[in-house]
Amino acid sequence: MSQSQLANATTPVTLPVAAGQVGRLSQAVMAMVLGVFVIGMVGFSQIDVVHNAAHDVRHSNAFPCH
Amino acid sequence: MSTFRSIVFASVISGLIVGLIVTVVQQFGTVPLILKAEVFEKAAETHQHEATPQPAAAGHDRAGHDHAAHEHGAGDHDHGAGAWEPRDGFERNAYTAAANVLTAIGFALLLAGFFALRSGATGASVRWHEGLLWGLAGFAVFTLAPGVGLPPELPGVPVAPLLSRQIWWLAAVLAAAGGLALIAFRRSVPAAISGVILLILPHLIGAPDLANIETNVPSSLSHQFVTAVTVTSLVFWTLLGGLTSAMFARFDQRA
Repeated sequence: MSQSQLANATTPVTLPVAAGQVGRLSQAVMAMVLGVFVIGMVGFSQIDVVHNAAHDVRHSNAFPCH
Repeated sequence: MSTFRSIVFASVISGLIVGLIVTVVQQFGTVPLILKAEVFEKAAETHQHEATPQPAAAGHDRAGHDHAAHEHGAGDHDHGAGAWEPRDGFERNAYTAAANVLTAIGFALLLAGFFALRSGATGASVRWHEGLLWGLAGFAVFTLAPGVGLPPELPGVPVAPLLSRQIWWLAAVLAAAGGLALIAFRRSVPAAISGVILLILPHLIGAPDLANIETNVPSSLSHQFVTAVTVTSLVFWTLLGGLTSAMFARFDQRA
């Protein structure tokens, strides 16, 4: 077994960091899903009242409106 | 502080600031044009419905949209004559400000999510300058890409059915985001080529459009509106990118 293969075999030593990254990943994705939900509500919801309240913003952001 | 909390705090603060600034910018750019267009919109409406007067409650969202929606039969939303809408003036602008703040918070959540992933991968926080570049990417993805096919429209200009436009808008945004990501992060020739193809693809398919458009809204007004929307959006995205990255770096370092 060559030196480099050995080095590869030992890379899982960084596992704790990787586990921390997964936590960061899921939290980041959660925040992004929340963001998409907020944008969807303000910009794309077809509920009349929401549309009328956000009317000028939808036009100003060039979101498809009406 | 958890990553999620850092993202939310940074997004709420930047979204509030950028949303309020953009509301002011809109008062000089897009909003006066929308109000002007609504004069034409209402005039056309009264002309069309002289025989059957509309209830006054139809207000700035003229009932004409109803007819467009029903004719297309796309199950579009219904601007029912009785639906609540803010009164012109302060109330309307207050809702516009609130919607701007929420939109900015929403996009900031997306940006800060990417900043968290990026700084997690590189080990260094995303500085304001890199954040500004992310903001420019947001401008390209959310304004330029869909705007090429579906230019910003003033009220009173007939448009294709809402749902088809929303679907095309989303497709253009996703394709642009994917295409830019392939080019920026893969850095290989095949990835760059597929990235460019992905960027072009929605425009080859083509945005939903009406065969002939008749409107009383002057084309000069529409042209001014496209410029105003694009410039306002550029202000929005550069501010949001720079500010959100700076805020997120602050909160994230204290974690």
